[in-house]
Amino acid sequence: MYVELKNINKNFGNFKASNNVNISIEKGSLSALLGPSGSGKTTILRMIAGLEQPDSGNIFIDGEKVNDIPASKRGIGFVFQNYALFRFMSVYDNIAFGLEVQKKDKKIIKERVMELINLIGLKGLEKRYPHQLSGGQRQRVAFARALAPNPHLLLLDEPFAAIDSKVRQELRIWLKETIKKVGITSIFVTHDQDEAIEVADNIIVTNKGEVEQTGTPLEIYRNPSTLFVSRFIGQSTQFKDYSKLKGFSGKNKSGIAVIRPEFIKISSKDELQQYPNSVENGEVKSAFFRGSHLEVKVQVNDVILTGIRSLEKSTLQVGDKVDVLIYRIFAYGKDGMHIIENELLEYNEAVYI
Amino acid sequence: MKYKSKKKLTFIQKTLILISVLFVFFMLVMPMIVVITKSLSNGLQAYKEAVLDKYTIKALVLTFQATIVALVVNTIFGLFAAWTITKYHFKHKKILTTIIDIPFAVSPIIAGLIFVLTFGRIGWANGITEFLNIKIVFAVPGIVLGTIFVTFPFISREIIPVLNSQGSDQEEAAALMGASVFKIFKNITFPQIKWAFIYGIILCSARAMGEFGAVSVLSGHLRGKTNTLPLHVEILYSEFKFSAAFAVSSILVILSLIMLIIRNIVEYKMKKAED
Repeated sequence: MYVELKNINKNFGNFKASNNVNISIEKGSLSALLGPSGSGKTTILRMIAGLEQPDSGNIFIDGEKVNDIPASKRGIGFVFQNYALFRFMSVYDNIAFGLEVQKKDKKIIKERVMELINLIGLKGLEKRYPHQLSGGQRQRVAFARALAPNPHLLLLDEPFAAIDSKVRQELRIWLKETIKKVGITSIFVTHDQDEAIEVADNIIVTNKGEVEQTGTPLEIYRNPSTLFVSRFIGQSTQFKDYSKLKGFSGKNKSGIAVIRPEFIKISSKDELQQYPNSVENGEVKSAFFRGSHLEVKVQVNDVILTGIRSLEKSTLQVGDKVDVLIYRIFAYGKDGMHIIENELLEYNEAVYI
Repeated sequence: MKYKSKKKLTFIQKTLILISVLFVFFMLVMPMIVVITKSLSNGLQAYKEAVLDKYTIKALVLTFQATIVALVVNTIFGLFAAWTITKYHFKHKKILTTIIDIPFAVSPIIAGLIFVLTFGRIGWANGITEFLNIKIVFAVPGIVLGTIFVTFPFISREIIPVLNSQGSDQEEAAALMGASVFKIFKNITFPQIKWAFIYGIILCSARAMGEFGAVSVLSGHLRGKTNTLPLHVEILYSEFKFSAAFAVSSILVILSLIMLIIRNIVEYKMKKAED
């Protein structure tokens, strides 16, 4: 493992920012520290960088314990949340700063800076000052500045937070591609699940100073191992007792369940129903147009579920009676999270196939 | 400001503007004119004599000396204090910032008395200064001390808000890349505070040159030795040498006008740097 955190604890006064955190990150990977604000993700990043010291536990980079190595000697590039570009220096000087500190030869500095300026696509803008750049351009400069001294590890704190949504989309893809091209091990912090899923190879979900789950975006999405992860990743509804739902009553236990929009199918009464015995009756509470689909909230028994409905199908109105088919749920018990499939569907399938 | 429309002013606006202009005129402009005309009332020759008088020049030199020493001390102190207060977290920081502001609140006379009671003949530190053979009260060091006391918040007060608004991200970024503290200060922190810092220097010098109260208590009014310009004006005035008193005052008026002009230029530059 390239970066390893072992049993890290960190308190700020009474606030537990890190509670026995263990993280392993592979060389060359792009990992996301994902969690709500106050979950301790930025603290982890700052401890890896050396900007904060853990109260206990060890941090290893490339097999070497770095606890006592000062931030500037760890060979880390850091992109700050609001970029922290040097206001009174040009784009060129900003990128060159780290190399000048290392007293590199002027010619080498120039070569490297121009190479990076080309990489970030800001050729011709090297004499501009940060305030003359757009948000996206600033972020690219911050990225280039962090890369200039050839760090082994790149850390990015909420790299897209300060950029408007349209540019953010482009930058995410650009950043992922560029990091892959450069081949540097990178860790970024984000509170945005879409961002983490889209950009990262690996996601580390943090909550209340603890690591909840680590895995690829798909693993985390498909098999959340804790209630928190199932709630945090994907849009979902949680309710107390799933035994009342058709198709889930037979599985002996009852308990808390989480349902994602893609786990349910909402159809109007006049549509053909493949599994008429296993549908619940629901009533549409709201229907919002979300661009590519309709987001529908339906009440089933006393729970309100959120589902999506294609725009190709007939529009639903508030108050409409609908059929709601629940394919599967995430059920939370003493032994963790389970996926429970609707048993009536299994049964039906057995008959049909 | 460009976005203000050129609409006609309302009655209330007109009245308020008129009041301000009248107030400024009667309280500030007219007295200044009086000083200048009065100083010239006995003719140019008398003015020249008063201004070029041996004691006046000595007072002027002493005023400059005290101002320069106060500036140097306050610059060093101001930079350190501002840096400490904005970049480090420590307990009771609020108390420290409040204490720095004391000279704003305390009457300069009291500042003078503090030093008299400390270093004067009855002062607790008198033994030490006598042992070291330094004379502070009724001597130049006293004047310098008094001047430093009344002006020391000026520079730090100007820098602190600028440093606060900048945060320490840029410094952190530079430190991460291995830059030394000196390089960080020179290349990153100082360019940010430059204009605020110069502004502080100007306010500090203007205040130092005009300081009367603290210096008056500490000086002992030894003509040609411990007399600063404001003190010299007072002496001339109490000796009923009105035109000479006004002539010397006019030097102070001119100095403050120069300071005002520089201040306006710096203010303009500061605004530009902010954009």
